[in-house]
Amino acid sequence: MELRINQKTYQVDADADTPLLWVIRDDLGMTGTKYGCGLAQCGACSVLVDGNVVRSCVTPVAGVVGREVTTIEAIEADDVGKRVVSTWVDLQVAQCGYCQSGQVMAATALLKQNPKPSDAQIEAAMVNLCRCGTYNAIHAAVHELAGKGDA
Amino acid sequence: MNVRIDPAQQASALALHEPINVSRRRFLAGTAVGALVLGFGLPLGTTRVQAAVAAATAERGTQVPAFLEIRPDNRVRLLCPFMEGGQGTFTAMAQIVGEELDADPATFLVEAAPPGEAYVVMENGMRITGGSMSVRMSYPVMRRLGALARAMLLQAGAQKLGVPVSELSTEPGKVMHAKSGRSLAYGELAEHAMDLPVPDPASVQLRDPSQFRWIGKPVKRVDAYDKSTGKALYSIDLKVDDMLHAAVQHAPRLGMTVGNLRNEEQVKAMKGVHSVHRLPGAVAVVAERWWHAKRAVEAIQVDWQEPTADSKVRPMPANFSSDAWLKRLADDKGPARDDENEGDVAAVLASAKTRIDATYHNQYLNHGQLEPPSALARFNPDGSLEVWLPNQAPDMFRADIAKRTGLDPSRITLHSPLLGGFFGRHFLYDAASPYPQAIELSKAVGRPVKLIWSREEEFLRDVLRPVAAVNFRAALDNDGWPLAIEAISATEGPTEALAGKQGEKLDPTALEGLSGKSYAIPNKRIAQIYAKGPAMLGYWRSVGNSLNDFFYESFLDELADKGGKDPFELRLHLLRDNQRLTTLLHAVGELSGGWKRGPFTAADGSKRARGVAMASPFGTQTAVIAEVSIEHGQVKVHDIWQAIDPGSIVNPAIVEAQVNGAVALGLSQTLVEEAVWIDGKPRARNYDLYPILPPARMARVHVRVVESGEKMGGIGEPPLPAVAPAVANAVATLTGQRVRSLPMSRHTFT
Repeated sequence: MELRINQKTYQVDADADTPLLWVIRDDLGMTGTKYGCGLAQCGACSVLVDGNVVRSCVTPVAGVVGREVTTIEAIEADDVGKRVVSTWVDLQVAQCGYCQSGQVMAATALLKQNPKPSDAQIEAAMVNLCRCGTYNAIHAAVHELAGKGDA
Repeated sequence: MNVRIDPAQQASALALHEPINVSRRRFLAGTAVGALVLGFGLPLGTTRVQAAVAAATAERGTQVPAFLEIRPDNRVRLLCPFMEGGQGTFTAMAQIVGEELDADPATFLVEAAPPGEAYVVMENGMRITGGSMSVRMSYPVMRRLGALARAMLLQAGAQKLGVPVSELSTEPGKVMHAKSGRSLAYGELAEHAMDLPVPDPASVQLRDPSQFRWIGKPVKRVDAYDKSTGKALYSIDLKVDDMLHAAVQHAPRLGMTVGNLRNEEQVKAMKGVHSVHRLPGAVAVVAERWWHAKRAVEAIQVDWQEPTADSKVRPMPANFSSDAWLKRLADDKGPARDDENEGDVAAVLASAKTRIDATYHNQYLNHGQLEPPSALARFNPDGSLEVWLPNQAPDMFRADIAKRTGLDPSRITLHSPLLGGFFGRHFLYDAASPYPQAIELSKAVGRPVKLIWSREEEFLRDVLRPVAAVNFRAALDNDGWPLAIEAISATEGPTEALAGKQGEKLDPTALEGLSGKSYAIPNKRIAQIYAKGPAMLGYWRSVGNSLNDFFYESFLDELADKGGKDPFELRLHLLRDNQRLTTLLHAVGELSGGWKRGPFTAADGSKRARGVAMASPFGTQTAVIAEVSIEHGQVKVHDIWQAIDPGSIVNPAIVEAQVNGAVALGLSQTLVEEAVWIDGKPRARNYDLYPILPPARMARVHVRVVESGEKMGGIGEPPLPAVAPAVANAVATLTGQRVRSLPMSRHTFT
């Protein structure tokens, strides 16, 4: 099947129900998108499909044919994504970093759809798990990106 | 033979077979082929080398070329003795070495060093990443390492410029000759400098702390950008040429063995399957893709056999229930061994007018690090073995692999990638790590194999944070102050669990947090009833303190209540002769805007209260105040104020981040988290039934660092233990309900 990922076209030989995550990681060798649970519980595998954040560990690859997939590898090619990364670095969000690809993708999706999200919208969108407990740093980064200053 | 490296001798020895860039070659000599550092090519395991190691007089952390490579572009590559798993040790080491080397930490590339004696830099003679030890145990040695490297660069500069070394100075990244106005970048000098003899360690002067540019400052993490862009590589991400992928299905209970595979032929015919394998206590599928391996291995129908009497692992019985085990612990009547015993506890308790008795227990926990365990193994054509795996102790893992494979350690190259969280998960736990399986599979198929444990297999085999039931008894004097306290804990500590038996001495990791309290209570007894259980145990962030401070600090509030004392005032009274802890307690009080117990009504109309607790884990002192309310019958934690005194610190921004992280994990175990076992199996095999703290339940965290100047303590673990009791004490004030077990999701509040 033919996939569009990060503005490039790939030919992939995979079963229709293979999770997008494993096609990205093993078939295409892009490992920035992480496997955490395989059950859409943690969000480490978050990618964008037509601008919406999805959990690629439970997304059948056949479902994204004809759509535009964006992974963390291309995040800085996007203006909003670049700002998100820059703020993530400025505020020193990451600890172990394993969940942060997914966190950056979730924040980018939110801010692309809604540059000025309310507190409730931020809380509803930023639900990925982080075992290091960087939640307050993530919260501060998204608030800063939303133009709210320190929160 | 002395194991100290003579650089000249080493360089000449290597010139025989490595005629390449000298500084690069020397760097490798001390590292990638680490065995050379020890034995100059002698096979390890010979009596000669063992004798040499035993008689080693080399001073720790003086083998500069083993640690540092300065590249022509002035970037400094540091091989770090400690593993980076989020705690910021790579950045801290860049600050410490950079401060004395006179090189900006931002110019550092830091990677984990391979196994080898050269990297044993901690004052306790160990090399592990744990116990919140890395910075506090290696600080002077790593400073000296930077200073030695700087001295070598100065010497090289003197030779190159033809001037006395006394006329030279350094600025970040360069050697300066003020008289002539000339300067040389470190990158221009490094190749020559690293071939010079390492100076006498006693000859270098360390920088006056008042002149520090980077130590003590909020220097940016060296890994922040890579971790924000998916570029950081963890074990699970690695690949080598010709690599196959593997997945396993473990026996439902540890100790069971593989019997008949009912559908082996059908599984072998599944898409992408390379081969099916029987392993100790598991079956495996090797495939071209991990997804194929996982699907196939989960399809195997195995007739699992009950453990045999000679099982090499701790067999899990079919009737094990964690709730029943906790009840058994609470009813356990001994015999108990004393850890602390002062005054005459028995007599005071027998004659006391006011007695308080209570029984507490905690819950099993999983580590739940977000990176599932994996290992990549490759046998090279010459029979040597390379393994990439998450670990907190490379030398111990290499020794274990040598034992398992029969290979000499010099034939094993161990790589230690970034850890996607650890929290104690990646110590040497028999049967709880994938590397023995990956090695066996790679050997069987004759190709490199990367094995990933699915999240479900991880929950099945992860080692658990220990449980305890503590029976407390206490007596108050006529004024309501504590006169005697007794805590008898029925438990098995992680260290004695790994040993399989109780040692001559008590396991300090079983009782820490009950023992070692600073309160002036004249009669006290802390004792352990050793209760060996069926579950495999391990270290979990803040280890014994993660449970014991919850017990002790909650019970202390019960004493305050019974004696009619305010819990903050009670602690000040019991610490009246301890200036350091009195200062700390006042600091957290001030940070929270002044101690205010409540209950009170907050601006949003909710009824709230605050609780206080203290802990002394890993050489550091902490004090926490928590503010809570009740929402829908459950506890909501609004704010955590934490004052922390680690003596002195290296990076205040990382300290604050670590406090935040430890608070999150502390809240997780307090509010939602528990590993429940029924019929010998974990109820949860993923995060759906094993909730960890979600963002919505995080509290605001306010941190005050108090640098008392006392001996440096740990940072990664110490901010955790006081969280649970501070929350529990606040809940008791708010609701009148005393929480004597965790998590609070098991309780209902009104």
